[in-house]
Amino acid sequence: MTTATQPRRAAPAPPPRPKKTTQARTRRREAIALVMPSLIPILVLSVAPLVIGIVLAFTDTRLVRHPDFGFAGIDNFVRLGGNSLFWDSLRIGLIWTVGVTVLQLAAAMGLALLLNSGLKLQGLTRVLALIPWAMPPVVVAIMWQMIYSANGGPLNAFLGSIGLPDGINWLGDFNTALPAVIVVGVWVGMPQTTVTLLAGLQQIPAELHEAAAVDGAGAWRRFTAVTWPSMRPIVSSITSLNFIWNFNSFSLVYVLTAGGPGGKTMVPVLFVYLEAFKNREIGYAAAMGLVLVIVVVALLAIYLRSQFRGDRPERGR
Amino acid sequence: MRWSVRPAQYLALVLYLLFLGFPLLWLISASVKSSAELNSLSVNLIPSEWHWDNYGEALSRQGLLHSAFNSLLVALASTVLAILISVPAAYVLARLKGKLRVAGVTWILVSQVFPVVLVILPLFLVLRTLGLADSLVGLTLVHTTYILPFALWMLQGYVAAIPVDLEEAGAMDGATRFTVLRTIVFPLLAPGVVATAMFSFVSSWNEFFFALVLLQSPENYTLPITLTMFIGGEGKVALGPLAAGAVLAAIPSIAFFSLLRKKLTGGLMAGAVKG
Repeated sequence: MTTATQPRRAAPAPPPRPKKTTQARTRRREAIALVMPSLIPILVLSVAPLVIGIVLAFTDTRLVRHPDFGFAGIDNFVRLGGNSLFWDSLRIGLIWTVGVTVLQLAAAMGLALLLNSGLKLQGLTRVLALIPWAMPPVVVAIMWQMIYSANGGPLNAFLGSIGLPDGINWLGDFNTALPAVIVVGVWVGMPQTTVTLLAGLQQIPAELHEAAAVDGAGAWRRFTAVTWPSMRPIVSSITSLNFIWNFNSFSLVYVLTAGGPGGKTMVPVLFVYLEAFKNREIGYAAAMGLVLVIVVVALLAIYLRSQFRGDRPERGR
Repeated sequence: MRWSVRPAQYLALVLYLLFLGFPLLWLISASVKSSAELNSLSVNLIPSEWHWDNYGEALSRQGLLHSAFNSLLVALASTVLAILISVPAAYVLARLKGKLRVAGVTWILVSQVFPVVLVILPLFLVLRTLGLADSLVGLTLVHTTYILPFALWMLQGYVAAIPVDLEEAGAMDGATRFTVLRTIVFPLLAPGVVATAMFSFVSSWNEFFFALVLLQSPENYTLPITLTMFIGGEGKVALGPLAAGAVLAAIPSIAFFSLLRKKLTGGLMAGAVKG
């Protein structure tokens, strides 16, 4: 509660002060000196690689000892157009991303509402709810491999004990692998979303709920009329972030299934990784990466636009 | 009416607790089971006999301790570096007004969209040219850079919570901006710095993708990489030691997160999201 609730915006704009230009200039120089140490690594290790990456996409660079760069124009993209494996992978990636993001939001909203309704066991739940967030993705993957294990895994044992089929090879079966991996994605991403939504819920004035209750609104009606509208901005922010994080997620699927069985969980990031570091086609891989970025940015733009359009009438808050 | 809702709520809460907590319990349980029990068909959460040897075996396993040490080095170094360079920048960012602030904040958000998979290819080439591809120094620099956006974001939130009046009072007394920073802002910022540092440490400690791509020689492996070697390695997997190693790898992160709990469940993320 330290940072977010400060009513920063409420402060009236300071009256324009007569400022000496020399003073302004020193201040500016100081600011630059303070920012520079952060700016340099960002430029060298984050912005520059991104630019080079975009350039690479138009070359036929291969990952060899002494790579010779050849400009290839849009050859990579033409070739990519006919690469059905890549488009399959993109489709799988979108199922994974949308699946995880939506389920994550639903599950986290449920948990946040529970945590906001004054139940006992809250302390325990709050601790447990953070653990998936803290754990290294590799450990998470190892752990869930054990849960899903076809022989001696607790999930199958549980299903068997209530009379359901208990011989399912969750991560190895063509039909169950992707859903099984999505569940793990939800497990990992839920905490952060829950915490964010909970913070949002706690900022809704209690009077609003009380007023609605006085008007005779039931729990569901109060949720749709009070909670959801107040939460809209937070929901769209965290959903956008989750969408990007999930789309870019690599470690989990890499360790859980390595894209198998038969490519059923080959998310695009994994596909590009293999193209670059196994097939050593780094230029071609960069072209794939670029296409992925464009797809994500486009989808996000569509989503945010629809969100903001819906927002505008209630902007006056 | 409220009483009829409560049992349903508790049932839901228990289901959540099971979903969130059971996998971890299972991992811990597997880490203290004998291989005979792990390979048997009977499935129990409580091991029939506690087999602590798995931990000893995991630790004596090739490279686990060494890679834990590598992870620790990289995480500590990148945390210290990230904090040192992000505190001043976060201060400027928080105190900026108008377009520059919007630009800074926008960059932080955009950096979240950064397609790691597109960046990693040239990053690998650049670091290889510098001779830093297969080195912990290179990995540290990369981790530092990719921790920065979040560190900046957290810290600028803490700076914004410090009233500007305090600084102006200092400035009125004729102190330079750096003196004001050192004597007024930094002390008030200390709790924020600690939280940010813990978060940064965990990010680096847990990180897998960059380490996987950049590190090639086994003596440079970080802990997550070595753990995946346990899985794929010599054909037959020794589940017990693997689980024990996984538990050990998760302990530092979970410990730090428990300390951060108050901050995380507070307004931190809401602040990050509200912009």
